[in-house]
Amino acid sequence: MATLTYRDALNQALREEMQRDPNVFLMGEEVGVYQGAYKVSRGLLEEFGPMRIVDTPIAELGFAGIGVGAAMGGLRPVIEFMTWNFAVLALDQIVNSAAKILYESGGQVPIPIVFRGPNGAALQLGAQHSQAWESWLSHIPGLKVVAPATPADAKGLLKSAIRDNNPVIVLEGEMLYNNKGEVPEGEHIVPIGQADVKRPGRDVTLICHSKTVAVALKAADQLAEREGVSAEVLDLRSLRPLDEPAILASVARTNRAVVVEEGWPHAGLGAQVVDVIQREAFDQLDAPVLRVTQADVPMPYNKQLERLAKASPERVVAAVRRVLYLD
Amino acid sequence: MEALSPTMEEGRVVKWHKQDGDPVKTGETLAEVETDKAVMDLVARADGVLRQVAVAEGQTVPVGSVVAVIASPGETVGVSVAAAPPPAAAPSGGGMRDAGSGMRDAGGMAPTLADVARVKASPLAKRIAREAGVDLKLVTGSGPGGRVVKRDVEGSASRALAPAAAPAVVESHPASRIPHPAPLGLPLPERTGAAYQDVPLTQIRKTIAKRLATSLGPIPHFFLTTEVDMERAADARDALNKQLGDQGKVSFNDIIIKATALALTKHPACNAWFQETHIRYWHEVHIGMAVAVEDGLITPVIRNAELKSLADIGREAKELAEKARSRRLQPTEYTGSTFSVSNLGMFDIDQFTAVINPPEAGILAVGSIVQKPVVVDGQPAARRRMRITMSCDHRVIDGATGAAFLKTLKQMLENPLAMLL
Amino acid sequence: MATATAQTATRTAHTALEPRMLRQMLLIRRFEEKAAEAYALGKIGGFCHLYIGQEAVAVGSLTALRDDDYVISSYREHGQALARGVSANAVMAELFGKATGCSSGKGGSMHLFDAGKRFLGGHGIVGGHIPLAAGLGFAIRYKGGDQLCICYFGEAAVNIGAFHETLNMASVYKLPVIFCCENNRYGMGTAFERVAAVTDVVEHACSYDMAAELVNGMDVLAVHAATQRAVERARKGGHPTLLEVRTYRYMGHSMSDPLHGVYRTKEEVEEQRKRDPISQLAMKLKEEGALDQAALDALDAEVHAEVEEAVRFADQSPDPDPAELTTHVLAD
Repeated sequence: MATLTYRDALNQALREEMQRDPNVFLMGEEVGVYQGAYKVSRGLLEEFGPMRIVDTPIAELGFAGIGVGAAMGGLRPVIEFMTWNFAVLALDQIVNSAAKILYESGGQVPIPIVFRGPNGAALQLGAQHSQAWESWLSHIPGLKVVAPATPADAKGLLKSAIRDNNPVIVLEGEMLYNNKGEVPEGEHIVPIGQADVKRPGRDVTLICHSKTVAVALKAADQLAEREGVSAEVLDLRSLRPLDEPAILASVARTNRAVVVEEGWPHAGLGAQVVDVIQREAFDQLDAPVLRVTQADVPMPYNKQLERLAKASPERVVAAVRRVLYLD
Repeated sequence: MEALSPTMEEGRVVKWHKQDGDPVKTGETLAEVETDKAVMDLVARADGVLRQVAVAEGQTVPVGSVVAVIASPGETVGVSVAAAPPPAAAPSGGGMRDAGSGMRDAGGMAPTLADVARVKASPLAKRIAREAGVDLKLVTGSGPGGRVVKRDVEGSASRALAPAAAPAVVESHPASRIPHPAPLGLPLPERTGAAYQDVPLTQIRKTIAKRLATSLGPIPHFFLTTEVDMERAADARDALNKQLGDQGKVSFNDIIIKATALALTKHPACNAWFQETHIRYWHEVHIGMAVAVEDGLITPVIRNAELKSLADIGREAKELAEKARSRRLQPTEYTGSTFSVSNLGMFDIDQFTAVINPPEAGILAVGSIVQKPVVVDGQPAARRRMRITMSCDHRVIDGATGAAFLKTLKQMLENPLAMLL
Repeated sequence: MATATAQTATRTAHTALEPRMLRQMLLIRRFEEKAAEAYALGKIGGFCHLYIGQEAVAVGSLTALRDDDYVISSYREHGQALARGVSANAVMAELFGKATGCSSGKGGSMHLFDAGKRFLGGHGIVGGHIPLAAGLGFAIRYKGGDQLCICYFGEAAVNIGAFHETLNMASVYKLPVIFCCENNRYGMGTAFERVAAVTDVVEHACSYDMAAELVNGMDVLAVHAATQRAVERARKGGHPTLLEVRTYRYMGHSMSDPLHGVYRTKEEVEEQRKRDPISQLAMKLKEEGALDQAALDALDAEVHAEVEEAVRFADQSPDPDPAELTTHVLAD
């Protein structure tokens, strides 16, 4: 086991996959000479050269499309968006090209491509730079969507994503890049579609992903210390496909669930999780499933307001109290 | 599935007389159907070929469901009929047939019992209650709006049973303060066989349950009992039967029915129906005669009993009882009574109180005829005596009114010739 | 002497190619006419963008490419698909939505694909496929081959962001792509002028430091020659080219038979020549003695038969199995 930052775990994954398969290349803004806007691709240009670590102009739609075309031509591109906020510009290529060409062609043309970058809010970046795209992207058939929360999961999921023959969206987080964690040595693969119990518990299931895993873990600590409540923290890791058996198994154990998510409430990713639970585990539920989401507002700049807007351990604890009828 | 009786809501197919592919003609019996009261015939209403038999023998479906299709010969029936939902409005063929003047109850019927008290409970609490046999209505809910939740039911359930499917719990978690059901390992007595057996309600039990639940509760009953000297009635019976020979037989019950009917003509206040906004005083007397059948009770009706001879009543009563026991009664034969008589004399019951058959206002419960020592003209004597109890709906019949009727009835029974007056 | 020899040589070289071009253009024409009819009969649903009048562009350019080059187009791609060698049967069946269609009935008119022939669609969003072409060019360069990718689009796509982003990057990365803009400006001529600051598409090329050429799209041989020059540029140095191929609004239809033309005046003949690419080539071949009228009629009949057979094939083909609804969403 090695202790790595999330950033370095991603770096390792890219490096290993590029060494393993000559068809893998990285393309995006500042990935080469600048060593990566968030230094995820540090050192890769030196190792693999400019044909495989490709700096692009600011043209998300263009280079996302070039990535898709390259995949059609037999390569395995990794397209980096500096942040997912800018990827909105590339949505036509992600949704209308990458996700659909296999189907439209009757199965003739697979698109083995990875689109990755930091997703969701950071600190005081303002409304246009703080958006969480889980819901939008998870909606699309033809895509896979993963959101690793830890360095180990980041490495394992990025490797899986690169090896997958489908377009895979990898949602990272600026606030996660510096986090340290244990990463297994050697070939470490996390399969897509598999959730992970980050903390077992008996009284309530906290379903979370990416940055909200830390929020849920903090809430679980508080609940244990102050309320004597044992909360299970289930890290989805994979948003499309969702690990439905894991969700249902956990709820069967605890009979209660609170979904902790980034992104806005209306038609958010948590709504899908709630649907799965109420549909398949109705008789297990002792209370309605609650969601703790970002406030239904564009992200404000002010520090306090921003904190209020985000999911917090306090809000999670309050939700847990409600589903346990402790109030 | 047609409404073969006015109160029928669902029917159980007992036996198909036709199979898929058989030709059918209008009027032919397609199947025998058990209704809420009896077994009736479902007849074809068109000529053609029977197709798409969607309901199996033994299966119960609501009135209005499609049970089969009569197609023209050679016509292909497309979409599976079984998949089609039952039509919402009145079905095309029979529909709710008005059983003549016997149109009663359907409209004024209170909502079914199940709707009466909806308990708010979490799905988990409902499941625990169901498995533990706890009645949710008896549990106080501590959740929002009085919702019954797991911890509320657990108090009732945990003593009895271990929870179903409690999977192994991972040990490395912080201790939980939330009460959980008692761990497996409570010593339970050894059982060698099943503790009980569930038998589904037949149509008749369902009907009885439903009707009587809307009787004893809502209707303000009071009861009047009197003891009747049956010596003369006994003599009269013997004489009549001797006369009839093998032309028929008159029973005590027939005499009681006749006397009751005549008494009602003299006390029309007791021959009435309570209707929400009025009381219907009948000018005719139709006596409902309770008959025990295999798994329940049904009340065939002797119409215009006040006008019929004892012999006719005897004959009719016998026929109706037969039909009742073999479940062959038609709706016209068990609806429309204005007053009912229930006789448990053959079971050695001294006396009992019967439950009124709404919307009737009264019912007579007849006990057994027993030899008893009584005082007659100051001297002890052994006499055959019978106790009868009248249940009255106080909204229609007052104490004095009921008592007066009962007195008249008693007089007729004690002196049968008085029936001729 | 040398000139005559050169001319003879050229003529000889073309002897095999030109009748082939004629047949291909005629196939496209008759196919599209039939598709129009089928659409009116309800056998084709949704969108059906016809290529009538533009046949010379697809045929002239694709006959200059190799089998291992890539071809990608917009939603008006029946012509390119047929010229690339996708069978009329497979295309018609796809238009009819049948399981035997080149996209198994799941793409339709706008999403014709044939991976074996490197015909990669068929794309519905205006300009959406232009970056894909550059991506294919990138893959070629990455692997070190000398193939190229040709990309067809209409003049309207020239205004969309994807066009600019792509041509810029194609030039920066030196991608072997031929960007072939089919401009029927006079048909939409007035409209284009209202929305385009620069109406000569070739002029855009200087923004990207890209080679460009203006081509007469009604002359299949001119298209062919221009494409050959672009092909040379791509294979030798991996340089992209922007071709603006001008076509004219064409009133052509089965009513105006391109091969016979009962013309009363010389003016009308000239008019017909100018307007119809098929007429032009047919008349040229006749004048040169390469084909006589009987041969032309036979060719037309043969093509008609091929198209009729395609319709029959499509009619008789089954619909996709309902289970195909959920296949090919994800690759294994």
